[in-house]
Amino acid sequence: MHIMEGFLPSPWWEIWFLVSLPFIVFGVYQLNRLVKERRETLPLLAVAGAFVFVLSSLKLPSFTGSCSHPTGTGLGAILFGPCIAGVLGLIVLVFQAVFLAHGGITTLGANVFSMGIAGPAVAYLVYKAGTRAGANTYATVFAAAALADLFTYVVTSIQLALAFPGTTGFLGAFMAFAAIFAVTQVPLAIIEGAIIALVFKYIVHLKPEILIRLNLLPESTIQRLKETAA
Amino acid sequence: MKYGLEIAVITLIIVFAGIFLFQDAAGENSWGGADGEAAELIEATGYEPWIEPFWEPPSGEIESLLFALQAAIGAVIIGYVFGYWQASRKNT
Repeated sequence: MHIMEGFLPSPWWEIWFLVSLPFIVFGVYQLNRLVKERRETLPLLAVAGAFVFVLSSLKLPSFTGSCSHPTGTGLGAILFGPCIAGVLGLIVLVFQAVFLAHGGITTLGANVFSMGIAGPAVAYLVYKAGTRAGANTYATVFAAAALADLFTYVVTSIQLALAFPGTTGFLGAFMAFAAIFAVTQVPLAIIEGAIIALVFKYIVHLKPEILIRLNLLPESTIQRLKETAA
Repeated sequence: MKYGLEIAVITLIIVFAGIFLFQDAAGENSWGGADGEAAELIEATGYEPWIEPFWEPPSGEIESLLFALQAAIGAVIIGYVFGYWQASRKNT
């Protein structure tokens, strides 16, 4: 999903910077409040950030014969919302752009939007909808993280198709980029969803009080989850 | 089922890994990165990137070193926090 350095012409790279900026600013504001008012959640924040670090460094093969990587942003988005996940994504993308020539400084805005904001927004919404509908918690987390991963790559395809409609127009270009990104990503998204669901289980077991305080799960649900897997 | 979710996840990973016993990518992609493929598609239209990365890892080995470092930093933090929680739960 990394758009490489120099691969977004003006005005697109500026546009994506402008689109991402308000989310990041709000994310930093939320992060500040979290640090001041809910210090006990900081280890969880560290875990969410560390997850993006680990998962986005693993380039996995897929059945299309090419390699891509999961994003790991779903966990942070479910726990802290898409804006804070955006800040976590930004940190990782800067690391990769500076030290690995993976992605780029000029394409940072577009990459932050797809991996840090658009994907996490999907995770956040799917999680909220799932818990409200009373669906199985782990299945909800799985769906949220997997769809966030997949949607990140769909957004990258859209970004590239907008900048390079070519001769086939936006839709044709989108299909071409989606064939490279989104199709490769399907099995990786499933793996990512499964792993994040498993991590969520351990958080439920070890630190349920944080989930209650962040208003993510009611106490009754946590009680039930702990009993079924006690 | 105490370990139901664990069993499901491990099965999924084994199935995922098992696919690659039967699949070979001798074709044009040969396990290259999807990012690079997209870049090739763009370059095929005659587009030239207007700016180069200001620093690139000098070799593939150094690149994998940095990727491993990135994963290690994350893994240390995850292990530390979960270990801390596990121990403090046992002590109370």
